[in-house]
Amino acid sequence: MIDIFQLAFKYLRFHWIKTGILIVAIALIVFLPFGLDLLVRHGSKSLLARAETTPLVVGQKASPLELVLSTLYFDTAPPPEIAFAEVARINETGLATAIPVYNRFRARGFPIVGTNLDYFSFRNLHLAEGRHPLLIGECVLGADAADALEISVGDYVISTPEELFDFAGTYPLKIEVVGILEGTGTPDDRIILTDIKTTWIIAGIAHGHEDVTQSTKDDTILRREGTRIVTNASIVTYNVINQSNRASYHFHGEMADFPLTSVIALPDDPRAKALLQGKYLGTGETMQMIAPSAVIESLLGTVFRLREYLLLGSLLAVFSTLSTASLVFFLSLRLRKREIETMHRIGLPRCRVVGLLATEITIVIATAVILATLLGFVFSRYVDYIILKLLT
Amino acid sequence: MIELSNISFAYSGGDYQLDIESLKIEAGETVAITGLSGVGKTTLLHLIAGILIPNSGTVVANGEPLSRISDSERRRFRLQHIGMIFQEFELIEYLSVRDNIQLPYRLSGNLTLGSSVRSRAQMLAHDSGIGDKLDRNVAQLSQGERQRVAICRAVLPNPKLILADEPTGNLDPANTERVLDLIFHNVVQSGASFVCITHERHYLDRFHRVLDFADFASSKS
Repeated sequence: MIDIFQLAFKYLRFHWIKTGILIVAIALIVFLPFGLDLLVRHGSKSLLARAETTPLVVGQKASPLELVLSTLYFDTAPPPEIAFAEVARINETGLATAIPVYNRFRARGFPIVGTNLDYFSFRNLHLAEGRHPLLIGECVLGADAADALEISVGDYVISTPEELFDFAGTYPLKIEVVGILEGTGTPDDRIILTDIKTTWIIAGIAHGHEDVTQSTKDDTILRREGTRIVTNASIVTYNVINQSNRASYHFHGEMADFPLTSVIALPDDPRAKALLQGKYLGTGETMQMIAPSAVIESLLGTVFRLREYLLLGSLLAVFSTLSTASLVFFLSLRLRKREIETMHRIGLPRCRVVGLLATEITIVIATAVILATLLGFVFSRYVDYIILKLLT
Repeated sequence: MIELSNISFAYSGGDYQLDIESLKIEAGETVAITGLSGVGKTTLLHLIAGILIPNSGTVVANGEPLSRISDSERRRFRLQHIGMIFQEFELIEYLSVRDNIQLPYRLSGNLTLGSSVRSRAQMLAHDSGIGDKLDRNVAQLSQGERQRVAICRAVLPNPKLILADEPTGNLDPANTERVLDLIFHNVVQSGASFVCITHERHYLDRFHRVLDFADFASSKS
């Protein structure tokens, strides 16, 4: 038996390219249904867990899914903006606490999420180092974002302009990193959290510039109308907020009108939740208040239906691969006709020759199954990370 | 000793037919069989080896009635008592020289690959001039070296009958001489009978007997 195994192994080693391709193909096809199932199950669990811990989300009446994905996973394009007044509207009901979310900008691919300190306690986010962003122009980074950007406390991130040649649009803002969050295994690990006002500065709603009342450059001042001073474009506007210029930052317009992408509402109890939801059901209401869990459950229903099709598809792929593998074995038998004939002529027992061929097939399949198991093991260990990457 | 009597053989579904009234080869005798291509020399060799079974008549090799025993018994007999050498060497390309020589032992189940067999394989390879190539793949050998590997494989179990089907057909004159020396050396040492099909007349004087196929057999196709 050992001899048969050794000879079979030597055949497979001699034809290592063919053997390798067969093993990898079979391993992948064995792994595929398992991996797919694991991904869908863990992904669903992960999606639902995040949704279930977020009671209500308010946004412009548009796609509920887009609103939930943007607010919870920071993934999609920003939903239609709403006014900051929505936060006051919810707070004034006395039924819930409102947390503003402004998720429009990016820094090197990572979302810059403007919010307030309530978000930290709501999501149970703890600092691994540094402190919370208490002032404008400060931010904290999720653990993965900090790792990926190789940034630590005291460094800066620069917001990415939305359009390269949009001179009238948003300018890059250099934001100081004052803290790094502990890893949570959630999409919060991959975001840059900052105060809502900082995101408004990125949006160009607020800005800081040299003190024109003290300006000595006459050509900068176009005219003075009482306390109002009109300058030309040569005035120096800041693209970094620091101790010396922080006080110069100011907003133009009413804060209630400033933009958000959504508001997270944390009702005091189930009754408050129901009452609050009722307030957003009126005719003519331009806002929607949704429970993310309902939206995600609906999405998962579709995903699970899709999974059935994918599993069916992967079973067809299994059948197809195994058929191809069988064809390879049979073609290989034809190529080895002389070898088999020689064994027959020198008197080797038929069962031994068949055993040799069967052992070769067994080794290939067994190795493929072991490889698939290893793949499954590695995949199951990193599935949460992979899902997080896919979601954010 | 080999004894064929009243043999009639035809391939199923074919028109070819071979008839041999009587053929006897003594133990230790070396016999060359010559004849035209396609008359049935290889078929004769396969009948002697028990690879083919005659439709009628008897084949007895070393006292074993090959035409009357089962396929597995014939295989066992072939493995233990017959060494086969082919024109195309028929080596297993994915195995080393050593593995090819030891192949009958590694796959038979009836022969035991002990240390004495391993030593003998090594000695045969050494005597054949391929002792330093035991761990090489056979694909890396020259034609002459490959045939020497095939001879070592054939004689390793100390067979009492060696059957060769044009063993030098693919070799140059120098290698032909060397291979023949090797076969005859082993034949003499083991006292085996040796039946060799050949078209090459220049070494026929090495054999005890030279038979023209047409003298003892008739075939039609």
